[in-house]
Amino acid sequence: MSKKKVKKLINGKGIRYDGRKLNELRPITLEVGILDNADGSAYIEQGKNKILAGVYGPKEVHPKHLAMPDRSLLRCRYHMAPFSVEERKSPAPSRREKELSKVIREAFEPSVFTEYYPRTSIDIVIEVLQADGGTRCAGITAASLALADAGIPMRDLVSACAAGKVEGRLVLDVADLEDKQGEADVPVAYMPNLNAITLLQMDGMLTSEEFEQAINLAVEGCKQIYELQKEALKAKYVEVKEAKKEDAEQ
Amino acid sequence: MPVFYERRQLVTPGDLLAENDYLAGENTFKENGKIYATRVGLVNYENRNIYVMALKSFYFPMVGDTVIGKVIDVSLIGWMIDVKAPYRALLRASDVLERSFRPQRDDLPSMFDVGDIIIANIVASDRTRGPLLTIREPGLGKITRGQITEITPTKIPRLIGKKGSMISIIKKETGCQVFVGQNGSIIVSGKSPEDERLAIMAIHKIEQEAHTSGLTDRVAEMIRKEKSEKKEVSGKNV
Repeated sequence: MSKKKVKKLINGKGIRYDGRKLNELRPITLEVGILDNADGSAYIEQGKNKILAGVYGPKEVHPKHLAMPDRSLLRCRYHMAPFSVEERKSPAPSRREKELSKVIREAFEPSVFTEYYPRTSIDIVIEVLQADGGTRCAGITAASLALADAGIPMRDLVSACAAGKVEGRLVLDVADLEDKQGEADVPVAYMPNLNAITLLQMDGMLTSEEFEQAINLAVEGCKQIYELQKEALKAKYVEVKEAKKEDAEQ
Repeated sequence: MPVFYERRQLVTPGDLLAENDYLAGENTFKENGKIYATRVGLVNYENRNIYVMALKSFYFPMVGDTVIGKVIDVSLIGWMIDVKAPYRALLRASDVLERSFRPQRDDLPSMFDVGDIIIANIVASDRTRGPLLTIREPGLGKITRGQITEITPTKIPRLIGKKGSMISIIKKETGCQVFVGQNGSIIVSGKSPEDERLAIMAIHKIEQEAHTSGLTDRVAEMIRKEKSEKKEVSGKNV
């Protein structure tokens, strides 16, 4: 915040400070199944964001009194590593992290078939290694892949993306600088095949028309991310198949 | 009544598989007449039944399954067994004794102790209680020799193969006994550790390449090749 204001964030041609168009996502790379000790895992890089997600379960609940007789207990921990931001962050969970953990959990509740596994828990762990704005959305995108990788049945993959208002114009996938200097930020988590929004927040000021446009913009972004997620999930198995083909040809 | 994917095509959760006149099978769900996948896997359909063969999953206990588990606790009435499921399984002392259990006389740890590996059948399992095991059938009970390995439980049918074709090849080629638990644990016991190693290698090859075709022949070929290489090496040493 003490940083001096950078020039203009959007130039006359509608190009943002990092070279993106108004409705363009940051470059995303996704990887599935990279941790051996978690039941399911995924890694995402979105712009400068670097986030790991791991999933455990379904397993017995500890402490036992939290177990529910009719469904599985979904738990989530969103955490930022001390080195993820410019000034060292205390590793203790902050108020912000606790709130994000809650909204992320709620973003997955409509998707996961918790009722299949009574008296168990499913734990989602999201660790932000490097933050550059939109970590909750990138975290949801990665955690969704980790859930699928763990073999937990889901109604749909959850994709997440933010839209916002910067210098009076609506933009997709708000980066850290745009978030801090911009007027508004609207994170959305979305299940594309079921056409259902599972997380919707807003920070800042928007007119009701702008708000609606921002949601539509974010949903379009989610749909693009969804395709990348599907690709990443399939990549793990297609590799094996192609390696086989090469073997056969040799 | 369209179907949107070919047989054995890879799908991810949320993919729309079919509409209207189909029945939602394993790893799918139906909403408003549309059938979607719930897991990563290969689609398949038989007549009107659509299902997904999951590529990775965890074990969920079903009545009638044979499982391999580890004793993790000796309680007052029996043993708690870890069967790699979300729930702990119970093996009752009266089941092992084949008569009623007398807590003052019968010493449970002398029968099974913590760390022992057992093969058992699941006799009861529902939403309110963990699975109940029995070892009162031939071939069940404590395992004292061999090596344990694990694969993802959804690939057990592939490991066994059509009418046991795959598993019988491993048994024949390596000369090992192979006990397969529906929970993904497998015990391999052979004449030498080398045979066991070979069988375990074959099992993991099957797990990794379960979704490719022509696997039975490739596995047989691999085992034969490994065996002949081994012979050559030992031949030179003599």
